[in-house]
Amino acid sequence: MHDDNSHDQPRPASAGADRDPLARGESQPTGKPAVEFRDIDIFYGKFAAVRDFSLAIRKGSFVTLLGPSGCGKTTILRSIAGLVDITSGQISIGGKRVDDIPIYKRNIGLVFQNYALFPHKNVFDNVAFGLKYRNVPKPEIVRRVKKALDMVRLPGSETKLPSQLSGGQQQRIALARAIVFEPEVLLLDEPLSALDANMREDMRVEIKKIQRETGITAIFVTHDQEEALSMSDRIVVMNAGLIEQIGSPAQVYDQPATAFVANFLGKANMLPGSVTAMDGNMATIALASGHVVKAAAPKALTAGSAITVVVRPQKLTVGTAGAANRLSGRIVSTSYLGGNAVYEIDIGAGTPLRANTLIDGQPLREGETVDVCFDPLGCVLLDAQGVRIA
Amino acid sequence: MTKGWKLYDQRLAWVLVAPVLLLLTLLLLLPIAMMTVYTFFTFVTAGVESAVLTFDNWKEFLTDSYYHGFLWKTVRVGAITAVICAILGYFPAYFIWATTFKHKWLLLLLLIVPFWISFTIRTFSWIHILGEQGLINVVLIRLGVINEPLPMLYTEGAVIMGLLHFLLPYMILNVYVSLEGIDRTLIAAARSMGCTSAQAFREVTLPLSIPGLGAGLLLCFVLAAGSYVTPQLLGGSRDALFGNLIYDTIMGQLNWPMGATLSIVLFVLLGAAAAAYSRYMGLSQIMKGLSA
Repeated sequence: MHDDNSHDQPRPASAGADRDPLARGESQPTGKPAVEFRDIDIFYGKFAAVRDFSLAIRKGSFVTLLGPSGCGKTTILRSIAGLVDITSGQISIGGKRVDDIPIYKRNIGLVFQNYALFPHKNVFDNVAFGLKYRNVPKPEIVRRVKKALDMVRLPGSETKLPSQLSGGQQQRIALARAIVFEPEVLLLDEPLSALDANMREDMRVEIKKIQRETGITAIFVTHDQEEALSMSDRIVVMNAGLIEQIGSPAQVYDQPATAFVANFLGKANMLPGSVTAMDGNMATIALASGHVVKAAAPKALTAGSAITVVVRPQKLTVGTAGAANRLSGRIVSTSYLGGNAVYEIDIGAGTPLRANTLIDGQPLREGETVDVCFDPLGCVLLDAQGVRIA
Repeated sequence: MTKGWKLYDQRLAWVLVAPVLLLLTLLLLLPIAMMTVYTFFTFVTAGVESAVLTFDNWKEFLTDSYYHGFLWKTVRVGAITAVICAILGYFPAYFIWATTFKHKWLLLLLLIVPFWISFTIRTFSWIHILGEQGLINVVLIRLGVINEPLPMLYTEGAVIMGLLHFLLPYMILNVYVSLEGIDRTLIAAARSMGCTSAQAFREVTLPLSIPGLGAGLLLCFVLAAGSYVTPQLLGGSRDALFGNLIYDTIMGQLNWPMGATLSIVLFVLLGAAAAAYSRYMGLSQIMKGLSA
């Protein structure tokens, strides 16, 4: 057992509200959560892969563990399945503690990144596998396999070998195999990352659809923010074994709890500066770049305190006169994306600003001098520790 | 360039392969061809044969049950050895594959260590273990378990023992390689769907390691059936295998035409098994591709 005081990495104090397992957005219905983690620590020798992980997942919801590789998201997923032993804490599935229940009795559906279909068994035997070990009678197996294959839109593929299927098809079979025995939780370990871009988007929609139709509780692991934002009811952002923020996609995107979340999701612009004055709930901030901007502050800030203004690239307007907070700069690079364009604009600070705007007429050219504006209400303030001021 | 490129230049490839091709032709194909011609020569008397072509040698081989007996015995000893190798070899291979011991290479090295000692010396060592004055008999007599030494050396059992000693590493390595090719997430998948570890072994690990086991069986069979030194040193006169028969025919009776005939018989038999082996290896490659 490790000592709680031994944490060498203090977690941001005021982010606590966002870490609350059932924090916001969802009211907890009556009954036990489908999956509950309490104070999970997972150590590999002396290395802490996961620390202080607490989370309750509502039945039927789609929860994503999002973070860079090595953040502990896959370790958590594997701990539910029983593929990784937890060092301390409790995991419950449907209100039952499972820490000591061996993997094969946990009733969990697992979808792996590399599909993990049995190469020596045909599609039918692959999908029927879980049912066979649940003593389901043969005619019932045939019926349910057929239903599962219909659901993943591969009817009639029973006699094919996995090697005869494309990557996307293999992943559908893997999905059918995982849901056919109606597990209590469906665990998806980066199931889309081995697929090519087009296939990935189709599968995203499909997985979400199947999850909704079956009403199964799903835990999805990914490092892809787009996948997380588009599929999840709730996102758990993890970094270095710790939870950074738990919230709905809109919450983690619009109100990042920490500098890490702001950066990891959508590469926000981080403008360091210090508070010079407070006027009601509006703070005046002198940026390190020399500009003075105004930003709505959820509480009174003391003048002189260090602060970071976080602005999403989409919240920056380029070239149009208007709103307050006008920063002038020069376009360093233009990425044309069809309907919109991403500009990098040098405003005299260290890193250029990124602005993602709809193109009105012609995209702006590199070297042009432009004004960049943002709404004082369209930004988030982080304190000196990189934690959102709430 | 729109012609595409190759990994090698074809002319250079021929130049590089030529020495080996030449050696194989001169030292393997040509002698085999000469031996094949010899099978049709006429045996006159010990050490003397004439180039008068005849089917007598083949007729003798096909009709004389003396030869059939040797052939059957050779196949039987080879098969028994291969099967025992498979049974004894699977577990060490599985252990080396499954262990979490950090220095697997050390375990694999241990498998190869016996090859550092001459095969003949390793075979001789069994004389000191199984012989009348050997380790087992001396210990048992000292302990008073037996009064007379047990006849263990110069039996078929001793021959099989010696062959096992020689062939077991081949089996273990073959099985190990095919186990190593198994994606471990397949086992995790099986476990997550309700298999105990024994059931996961039966459903996933065993079927996917069958190609390695099959390859090991064929390799052990071919090497055992073609062995000469082991039965010569550890077997009695009744435990000779086909290889010993050939030696005796050529070196003892100086009957080269008959010796050549027997050689070709063994060559074709083991060659057929080896062809099956390489075909099986080909299949195992496909299986590996499937599980990748």
